[in-house]
Amino acid sequence: MTEPTCYELSSTGRRGMRFPDLDVPISPLENDFVRKHIDLPELSELDVVRHFTHLSRLNYSVDQGLYPLGSCTMKYNPRVNEAAARLNGFINTHPLQPSETVQGNLSLMYLLQEWLKEITGFDAFSLQPAAGAQGEFVGGLIIRAYHRANKDEQRNRILVPDSAHGTNPATTNMTGFNIVNIPSDKRGNLDINVLKENCNSHLAGLMLTNPNTLGLFEEHLAEVIEIVHKNGGLVYGDGANLNALLGILRPADIGIDIMHINLHKTFSTPHGGGGPGSGPVGVVESLKDFLPEPVVDIIEPGDNGKSPIYGLIRPKHSIGRVKSFHGHFGILVRAYMYISMLGAQGLRNVAEFAVLNANYLMVLLKKKYHLPYERTCMHEFVVEGCWRELPEIHALDISKRLIDYGFHPPTNYFPLIVKEALMIEPTETENLQTLKQFADAMLNIADEAHSNPELLKTAPHYAPIGRLDEVKAARELILCCHPTHQE
Amino acid sequence: MFIPHTPLERSEMLSAIGIDRLEELFQDIPDSFRFPKINLPPVLTEMEALKQIHKISKLNKSCNELKCFLGAGVYDHYIPAAIDQIIQKGEFFTAYTPYQPEISQGILQAIFEYQSLIAALMGMEVCNASHYDGATAAAESALAAYYYLNENRKEFIISKSVHPHYRATIKTYLSGLSDLNIIENDDPLANPNELSNFITKNTALIVLQYPDFLGRLFDLTNIIKSAHQSGALTSVIVNPMALGLLKTPAEFGADFIVGEGQPLGIPLSFGGPYLGLFTTRKELVRKISGRLVGQTVDNQGRRGYVLTLTAREQHIRREKATSNICTNQGLMALTAVIYLCLLGKEGLHQVAELCYQKAHYAANQISKLNMYSVNMQHPFFNEFFVKCPKPVSQINQQLLEKGIIGGYDLGIDYPYLRDHMLIALTEKNSRDDIDYLVKSLIEITND
Repeated sequence: MTEPTCYELSSTGRRGMRFPDLDVPISPLENDFVRKHIDLPELSELDVVRHFTHLSRLNYSVDQGLYPLGSCTMKYNPRVNEAAARLNGFINTHPLQPSETVQGNLSLMYLLQEWLKEITGFDAFSLQPAAGAQGEFVGGLIIRAYHRANKDEQRNRILVPDSAHGTNPATTNMTGFNIVNIPSDKRGNLDINVLKENCNSHLAGLMLTNPNTLGLFEEHLAEVIEIVHKNGGLVYGDGANLNALLGILRPADIGIDIMHINLHKTFSTPHGGGGPGSGPVGVVESLKDFLPEPVVDIIEPGDNGKSPIYGLIRPKHSIGRVKSFHGHFGILVRAYMYISMLGAQGLRNVAEFAVLNANYLMVLLKKKYHLPYERTCMHEFVVEGCWRELPEIHALDISKRLIDYGFHPPTNYFPLIVKEALMIEPTETENLQTLKQFADAMLNIADEAHSNPELLKTAPHYAPIGRLDEVKAARELILCCHPTHQE
Repeated sequence: MFIPHTPLERSEMLSAIGIDRLEELFQDIPDSFRFPKINLPPVLTEMEALKQIHKISKLNKSCNELKCFLGAGVYDHYIPAAIDQIIQKGEFFTAYTPYQPEISQGILQAIFEYQSLIAALMGMEVCNASHYDGATAAAESALAAYYYLNENRKEFIISKSVHPHYRATIKTYLSGLSDLNIIENDDPLANPNELSNFITKNTALIVLQYPDFLGRLFDLTNIIKSAHQSGALTSVIVNPMALGLLKTPAEFGADFIVGEGQPLGIPLSFGGPYLGLFTTRKELVRKISGRLVGQTVDNQGRRGYVLTLTAREQHIRREKATSNICTNQGLMALTAVIYLCLLGKEGLHQVAELCYQKAHYAANQISKLNMYSVNMQHPFFNEFFVKCPKPVSQINQQLLEKGIIGGYDLGIDYPYLRDHMLIALTEKNSRDDIDYLVKSLIEITND
């Protein structure tokens, strides 16, 4: 079924919302600046509600079923977070209000900074970055600022393992470093010999995703960090996979210097069809002054039951601002709620059961899917979405057939080092029955691939729409349905 | 909490894996660091956590309890009730980036319509699926200009009358690239045409704001023409609400029109999440970052939508990508498209005109006060600045005691504009509120 666009539903003269009449004397408009025409649709409120309700039905979501998209941590996000983030005191405060009128907001941000420090072991946090990628960008700039401050500007190389997150290489470019790729070894760890070869006076740092995108914990982590440190580099930890480490390992304890955290993944914000996220950055003591502004601090200590006064400050050698205002506050509220309800033990359970679910599923799937690395995995794992005897079947075909079984497919074709990769992250909130059903679907599809490959090649059969012509989309490039812009 | 496993199920899973205890899954983690002690407050139930956070929220005073005349980039507009009902549908809310178009047509078509309506509002040909906020959208336009001009031009001119947070963000975004030069003029009150003095053969981009941070409107035709004559591009930051009533900078020839989408139905929420609007001309589309949704057909010829031109993006282009953006502001883009659909052509015009009229009434009333001098030299939309008889922080303190959130203290960013307050109005400010503000300003200065 095809839903018309909002322009196709429009009827000239129809209104959805009315506002009060003007209650002040009319001032003349500035004729030089008055707009003559604006082409927006004209719909009633019911038209709009129906339109978006129809659209919503064409979407798959966590509320509907398992969404095992690797490295995206599609866990269940408690609904009470939504109630909290919409409280009047939070949602209706302007970011530039006098600080004495927003002590609630500032105290929440301060406490969240403190909790994140406790959970990760870092000495300071900035909550400003808008998403994981922006957190990485901040990390890169901090590494640069640190070497500059040490008059070490020749340090212009960042090492990035080939099992790192997809954003890492682009981040390296944006922050002005040259990238050196470090291959993985046979066990899925980074190749320590290649690492050593690249540790010289040009080494700025290492960007490490751990567990990496193979879902594997770096077995020589302490040694890797020591080598980088000994050679004057810093270690950046990509925190996108922190769900596997809550209460298991504090990244700063083992020597990571900087890390961003994806609050929307690990600390529960619904992913909203592509965002918003939130990517706070934590650092060790020696890097504290480089954090992006602002950070929240106590301006006047409290005493005898009087609460302290909080304010926003700019760190001494801050790399600057990476966005307007103070970060994605609404998401900070959700993370605050989540940590309040889980506590230390609850967070450790998150990691334990995320890892249990992934290992259980891996054991079930390995009956019919090849595992590139036979090791205990962390919160996610990768299988090969292909069979040597069936060269025409690709990971994409398996994914599309999974849709027929009522599941969202895993991440396809990432990491790049595994052929036809299917990266699977079940998360801790999925129950045993769901995991079994998903495994059954995957195993059935493996059988179908052998007995009736056409079934996979033409899938999905039970989706709202068939396979889409991506080449046509890129070639014709229709990006708007606005009538005046249609080709 | 939120973990469904019963003890029996856990045992079943452990034995399937072939281990006895959960801890055995973590043998790769070095002993000395494994299972650290973490000090967090005692666990709360949902009921207790909500009660506690409610208490924290009550420590704030919101724009609902106070009368708000503060803007400076984000504004207290009315948000139609239907929006939150729609965006909280789990089908939108708990989905992610539409990597699998066959089961993501809902969000894909919604983003396609968002692109269409924002492009229509801006008068531009291309709109991407969003950036983090107005400031990062402006910064991304600088990166796009740099790469479009083949990295040859190294100078970026930023008007001093651009929002201070935006100027700071653009500088941070460009700080990673080597040998770039950022030029700002000294005088925030200067006419934008004066920026042409800074244009050279090395200029990549001029960044302007419309209305500017001080609320003023300038015809940007000449400065944009000067930029184009030298081969440079221009990026204009807008308030999308203003475009409900006013000419878009597309009519002046802007190459990028970007801005903060917050006025389009997104709550203030103490600074975010907001929405980075990003539009440009078709010719530049291959150099811009961020996702794009394009129209196509499925294998039966039915209309459908997919993420397109993905080869520009970080996960494919890797270190050659011009930006690392991945997660964007999907839900906020959905919010904006619903807002624009609900208001429609007439509704948006009405709200924009209400903002304009209320601001002009307030400016007129304040200009009658002896001690205050309103800048009326230039046309403005919903925001204007006033020279006050004493420090703005003092005035705001006294206004607060009367239940008013006063305007923005321009002295914070412009020492030159000490004692100047930037006052913003929206359709939510009634005539009574405005009269009360004026009366309060009189009382304060008579003290």
